Amino acid sequence: MTIRLAGILVGIGITAVLVLWSMVPGVINLVSGPPVEKPAYYAFKEKPHAPEGGFSFAGPVGKWDYAQLQRGYSVYKQVCSACHGLKFVAFRNLEELGYSEEQVRAEAATWNVPGIDPNTGEAVMRPALPTDYFPNPYPNNVAAAAANNNAIPPDLSLMTKARKDGSNYVYSLMSGYVDPDPEKLAAAQEKGFETPTGLYFNPWFANVNLAMPPQLYEGSITYDDGTDATVDQMAQDVAAFLTWTAEPSMIKRKQTGWAVILFLLFATGLAYMSYKQIWAGMKSKKK
Amino acid sequence: MSFAWAKQYEPQSGFTKWIDEKLPLPRLVYNAIGAGYPVPRNLNYMWNFGVLAGFCLVLQIVTGVILAMHYASNTEVAFGQVEHIMRNVNWGWMMRYAHANGASFFFIVIYLHIFRGLYYSSYKAPREMIWLLGVVIFLLMMATAFMGYVLPWGQMSFWGAKVITGLFGAIPFIGEPLQVWLVGGYAPNDSTLNRFFSLHFLLPFVIAGVVILHIWALHIPGSSNPTGVEVKKESDTVPFHPYYTAKDGFGLGVFLIAFTFMVFFLPNFLGHPDNYIEANPLSTPALIVPEWYFLPFYAILRAFTADLTIPFTGIVLIEAKLLGVIAMFGSILVWFFLPWLDKSPVRSGHYRPMFKKFFWFGLIPAMLLLTYVGGAPAEEPYVLLSQIGTAYYFLHFLVILPIISQIEVPKPLPYSITEAVLGSDDVPGGTDGGGDNPQAAVKPLPA
Amino acid sequence: MADTSGAGTVEATSEVAGEDGVRRRDWIHIAALGTAGVGGAAVIFPLVSQMAPTADVLAASTTEVDVSQVQVGQSIKSVFRDQPLFIKRLTPEEIAAANDVDAGSLRDPETLADRTLEGHEDILVTMGVCTHLGCVPLGAAEGENKGEFGGYYCPCHGSHYDTAGRIRKGPAPTNLTVPDYAFNGDVIRVG
Repeated sequence: MTIRLAGILVGIGITAVLVLWSMVPGVINLVSGPPVEKPAYYAFKEKPHAPEGGFSFAGPVGKWDYAQLQRGYSVYKQVCSACHGLKFVAFRNLEELGYSEEQVRAEAATWNVPGIDPNTGEAVMRPALPTDYFPNPYPNNVAAAAANNNAIPPDLSLMTKARKDGSNYVYSLMSGYVDPDPEKLAAAQEKGFETPTGLYFNPWFANVNLAMPPQLYEGSITYDDGTDATVDQMAQDVAAFLTWTAEPSMIKRKQTGWAVILFLLFATGLAYMSYKQIWAGMKSKKK
Repeated sequence: MSFAWAKQYEPQSGFTKWIDEKLPLPRLVYNAIGAGYPVPRNLNYMWNFGVLAGFCLVLQIVTGVILAMHYASNTEVAFGQVEHIMRNVNWGWMMRYAHANGASFFFIVIYLHIFRGLYYSSYKAPREMIWLLGVVIFLLMMATAFMGYVLPWGQMSFWGAKVITGLFGAIPFIGEPLQVWLVGGYAPNDSTLNRFFSLHFLLPFVIAGVVILHIWALHIPGSSNPTGVEVKKESDTVPFHPYYTAKDGFGLGVFLIAFTFMVFFLPNFLGHPDNYIEANPLSTPALIVPEWYFLPFYAILRAFTADLTIPFTGIVLIEAKLLGVIAMFGSILVWFFLPWLDKSPVRSGHYRPMFKKFFWFGLIPAMLLLTYVGGAPAEEPYVLLSQIGTAYYFLHFLVILPIISQIEVPKPLPYSITEAVLGSDDVPGGTDGGGDNPQAAVKPLPA
Repeated sequence: MADTSGAGTVEATSEVAGEDGVRRRDWIHIAALGTAGVGGAAVIFPLVSQMAPTADVLAASTTEVDVSQVQVGQSIKSVFRDQPLFIKRLTPEEIAAANDVDAGSLRDPETLADRTLEGHEDILVTMGVCTHLGCVPLGAAEGENKGEFGGYYCPCHGSHYDTAGRIRKGPAPTNLTVPDYAFNGDVIRVG
């Protein structure tokens, strides 16, 4: 028994020594080699931040601000939709923003979607019905890339879930086209950093050079409700709207959660009392 | 049941008598999780996690079958079908969030269950078979969870599938053909998604089958307990029902509060944003990380960055890639040998001073370290940290445990569970099991 | 697991508690089990309702058809709620044939006027679903068997419908269903 165990240990020992030996070059390199450096653009990167006063839907008791969602929809329609699709959202979903069935029908009809001529079968564009989904502005990815200097504008349906801290990310990015800090820029340029022609500096983008030019300008759209169309306002509104498109059930989810958790706290309290009572006779004997 | 004093099922009404003669299912339940199963009276809350794991399996099967009603395993539509579930299916968002977070909670529960087993040495005789079946369940769970994560066909799904199936490419000679066969192509495609869906649906029922064997094996020697001293007589035990059904009911409530909190308030916290981007075979995400429950093993995989060579000759014995794969699978396979690596006669870590130190200050920090570096980029210092963690992990099981089981002086054990609970054992009667020989007190199950 | 603790708890507890006094039907165990039962029942609701029609299916449950191109005597097939919809512009002979019958003598007594909209008595809109067991009757397309009464004929079990889509012979219990619809100019909006 002891011999067998010793044999196993020796075998393991030899393997371990070989494995550790194979790691030696890596360790030497780590200790004596140059320190690992992050790419130059890291100096500019910023974390997403919430707008002043925060979003109405944030937190466990958050609610949609329907006026804001409607404003965000008009930003999407007048600005974003030129290049970005919204393929998981149907026009009928707009009723959830507080529009009536008739308003949705009329709104859908202002969009054109691909269809088929009922008589000839040819591909045509037709006015959208409430059951249609938001159209992609490009017929395919090749066309999208060709029209945008090889950068394909992503679909926006899930954008706020597809980025870390997504609602704040969209808000920060859309209101975040700034000139780089000159000191940081000088330092970064020494390491080879540049913003190539056709890209735009934005410290909230993953590598701070973004293919999308700034889109929001003061007063570039007019809100139906008379709100001042500042860049900050439009960025907030479209971020809120895209939060809704990414998860229309978010508020229902949180409200359901409250009911479920309060019920469970009550039920678990009862279960605890029941458990303690069943065990009461047992535990009392313990010294 | 296993102990002579176990209560016998007595059907009360004519109907239950009739059933008992034809199909003694109520008797089976009574003996398995009812008043007919005597359980050590001193189990602590760590013993709640077995029942909770069973609950998680049921939860995953129920929500999974529902999701399968609305899902389609075709690469063209799979991503959109998941969004269809989130947006159009009644309560679909809740089903999907419950299933996704249910997987995480299943692993939380299973890890606590495993580490309870490690600390109290639940793998030791006569419970080796329970432990071995448990490791089988864990391996099946890993396969199921991995394939399930591919189904939404997001970026992490696709690249996770590509990287993990790539592991098989490391096997000498047959690796590449094996990888192509597993995937059904040169990269994850429609065939891959379909077979993963099929197997993801099948494996949970295989798991359920092994769970039944696991519980069956448990009922031969009966449950272990925090003292590690075997049951000697009736005063050491209480009937499972109502004592532990009540305790498990309370435990389930606490579990559900934590679980529903995540489902309803932080449903994407444990997920990865990249998986809300549809799979794109032409663009790799900046950082591919598996789900959190695979991170320690992923860290072990990535710890091997250099080929294994014979020193000073440059002859390569094993390439680094294969070494990582062997180590990753080995890190779980080593659990199969645990009952024979740790030969200490004392079970509970509570009475083993050296074992306890290495458990709390060695194994647990090593696992936490590996979890942390598994989610970090493959650059220094994380690679070195993962090598340190991996080295300790294997040393712990293969060297430290066998050695301390030889040299350690355990603390004195209580004579019996009754003594451990009540302070003294003057309770008369019952079968004396005869020392600490567990088999003596055990009667075989009626077939 | 709440369910396995089952109905036996109360009894079993009273046995245990019997040592230090009778606590039969202890309210706390009943309350705990009852609450767990309510919770379990509440979970059933989403599990059942997820199988009901999804939001996109419900939203697609109206159909619009332009009937301006339908010639006299011609039928067209459309789709309403995933099932065939027959729209037929009746000839004067077909209208006369339908009105010649004493409605009261029919299995499902309805007149042609009951089954069409005022001002559009020549447009017959029915589901193309036999009321017997759901097959699609023949007769809507050119050259198909129109049955003994010149309307529709279901080949599955031989139900004959007349020019107003009323059951005249065969096993079907009722006339072909007329869905809710309205005219908007030349466009029919069904549902």
